[in-house]
Amino acid sequence: MTLGEIKKSLLAAAWFMFLTFPIMVIKVNTIQKTVEWHWERLLYVAVGGFVFSFLWRYFLRRKQGGRRPAAPVETDEPEAVPAFQRLIHDRRFAMPALVVLGLFVLVFPYLFSMYQVNIMTTALIYVVTGLGLNVVVGVAGLLHLGYAAFYAVGAYTYALLNLHFGVSFWLALPIGAALGSVFAVILGFPVLRLRGDYLAIVTLGFGEIIRLVLENWNDFSYGPSGIANIPRPKFFWFDFSLEQSAVFIYFLMLAMVLLTVFVTNRLKDSRIGRAWIALREDEVACQAMGIDIARTKLSAFVMGSAWAGMAGVVFAAKTTFINPASFTLWESIVILCIVVLGGMGSILGVILGALVLILLPEYLRAFSEYRMLIFGVVLVVMMVFRPGGILSEVRRTYLFKEGLSKDGSLS
Amino acid sequence: MEYFIELFFSGLTRGSIYALIALGYTMVYGIIQLINFAHGEIYMIGAFTALIVTGVLTYYGWPHLAIILIAAVLAIFYSAAYGWTMERIAYKPLRDAPRLSALISAIGASLFLQNYVLLAQTSDFLPFPSLISDFAFLDPVSNLFGTTDFLIYTTTGVVMALLTFLIKFTRVGKAMRATAQDRHMAMLVGIDVNRIISITFIIGSATAAIGGVLIASHVGQINFFIGFIAGIKAFVAAVLGGIGSLPGAVLGSLVLGWTEAFFTGYVSSDYEDVCAFVILVIILIFRPSGLLGRSGVQKV
Repeated sequence: MTLGEIKKSLLAAAWFMFLTFPIMVIKVNTIQKTVEWHWERLLYVAVGGFVFSFLWRYFLRRKQGGRRPAAPVETDEPEAVPAFQRLIHDRRFAMPALVVLGLFVLVFPYLFSMYQVNIMTTALIYVVTGLGLNVVVGVAGLLHLGYAAFYAVGAYTYALLNLHFGVSFWLALPIGAALGSVFAVILGFPVLRLRGDYLAIVTLGFGEIIRLVLENWNDFSYGPSGIANIPRPKFFWFDFSLEQSAVFIYFLMLAMVLLTVFVTNRLKDSRIGRAWIALREDEVACQAMGIDIARTKLSAFVMGSAWAGMAGVVFAAKTTFINPASFTLWESIVILCIVVLGGMGSILGVILGALVLILLPEYLRAFSEYRMLIFGVVLVVMMVFRPGGILSEVRRTYLFKEGLSKDGSLS
Repeated sequence: MEYFIELFFSGLTRGSIYALIALGYTMVYGIIQLINFAHGEIYMIGAFTALIVTGVLTYYGWPHLAIILIAAVLAIFYSAAYGWTMERIAYKPLRDAPRLSALISAIGASLFLQNYVLLAQTSDFLPFPSLISDFAFLDPVSNLFGTTDFLIYTTTGVVMALLTFLIKFTRVGKAMRATAQDRHMAMLVGIDVNRIISITFIIGSATAAIGGVLIASHVGQINFFIGFIAGIKAFVAAVLGGIGSLPGAVLGSLVLGWTEAFFTGYVSSDYEDVCAFVILVIILIFRPSGLLGRSGVQKV
């Protein structure tokens, strides 16, 4: 910590104080013509700015330093894998951990209150949507900002079909997934030709169109007041009490998470999954290798949206009330945060990201106001310092164990 | 016919405001190919700064003209400062990263700024004091457009002319065009690319602030969320006109403004925002390079 460093941070702190002065310190009420001054906030900004600037430069230096290895080091490892990730892939550790985790998850609803179970179910719904979006954003590299719209399609499918035709939950589940896919195809065709950032805006626009239609088309969707009294799922002919039903939905979601993990994991290693990854890495090269870009993109969209549709059906059944306010752009951004924070492309990372982002704000109620602010910071900081997320994806690499040439590791 | 003319002018006002925001969008996109998601937030901060300054100065009983000038200058200044700071923090470290990373970072910056204003100020709509008294010489046409509308038209025209001049005929403008064409080549011939990008952000943010002050006095109320929808629509306008082209941004904004005005006037006002998004999707399908944009080949 040199004098120059301190000077720089002081300068940054002074700049932040100056920058935030009008908005942080002065509070004007233009109706009652009063002015409030909050000078104490300036102190917070000063301290915060100083610390921030210090940490920022430290981490930036570290990142840049880490990127420049002096000489290529020859190791057996094709890539330096962080210790934690090595641990996960180590069978001796992973198997017992999985068993313990499985047992905990199974007894969870009997140990904790209904409130906790409900929160956990919400988190599990986000795990499923996160994994679905992970296919689109993380694996195929298509930035999708309208994901909540497909979630809405699922939720409204169940709510409306049930209202008008009395369709049961179990029938609505595949219909929701199918309709989600149909909408994905409708969106997919026009946007297939677009590149990254245009695609992001069109999906955002599409998401908003769906929400605005739901909000304004009163005859169809009952407008902003939404649909209430959506029945909870039944298990064959059992009728559950409120509490049993919460536990049932919890297990249902658990099964769905397992299914999603299984399917997305298998998909990633499949022919189409490898095509998605190639698409993410380089679109032009991917096309040159003979991959049909349009079909690959469309399949990623359809896959992701099907999961969103299914999760939407469960969401409607769980809350028993839906309205368009649940499917705003911020919902899409929260799901995007889950994928980005957890680690784009990494299944375990996305699960971790969903649990952290959904459970933490629930337990830190005092900070719930700052949730969105923190999400914003997280997005920027993650992109700058750790673009791979908490658990970045470890690419499957193949090694020739015998008969290596001097640098025979193929990656 | 009278209704038509009324809608025409209301569309012109809308379009001019979109244009002020779209100009900044298009400049930034032209130089670093980044959709600056937080641009709408910069515009919102400009409006808020103006509101706060006017509130304080009115409280201490300053003369109207002084308040207007000081509020406008400070709003522009602070917006530019925010734009510069944001570029330094959220975009500069990502200059060589994939574009998706920069875009996500921009979304983060937008989210942060919105909630920062929400928490530091309020979530309610704040009435924006109208300080500009009506111009006497506009009386004969006052049934068509008011004084603020007139100010919006003239300001947009002047700002666009100034920006065109800046980019076409000054040294900085030449450096900007060079950076936009090929950043590495610009660096090789001795252009300080980082400085040029900073300047672009500053100019774009200042333009957005002018828009913020004008629309706030036109609509009469602001809250922390106004930047989002305005930013999206300005983006639609910029894409419509051909992103990266200044006259395109203005043309696109006017077309969008008129479309919205006539759509809400003759069809339905519920689906006003849907209309903008539908235009965006149609444009991107049939003419992704926009009305005045040149279609480029994607380079590897």
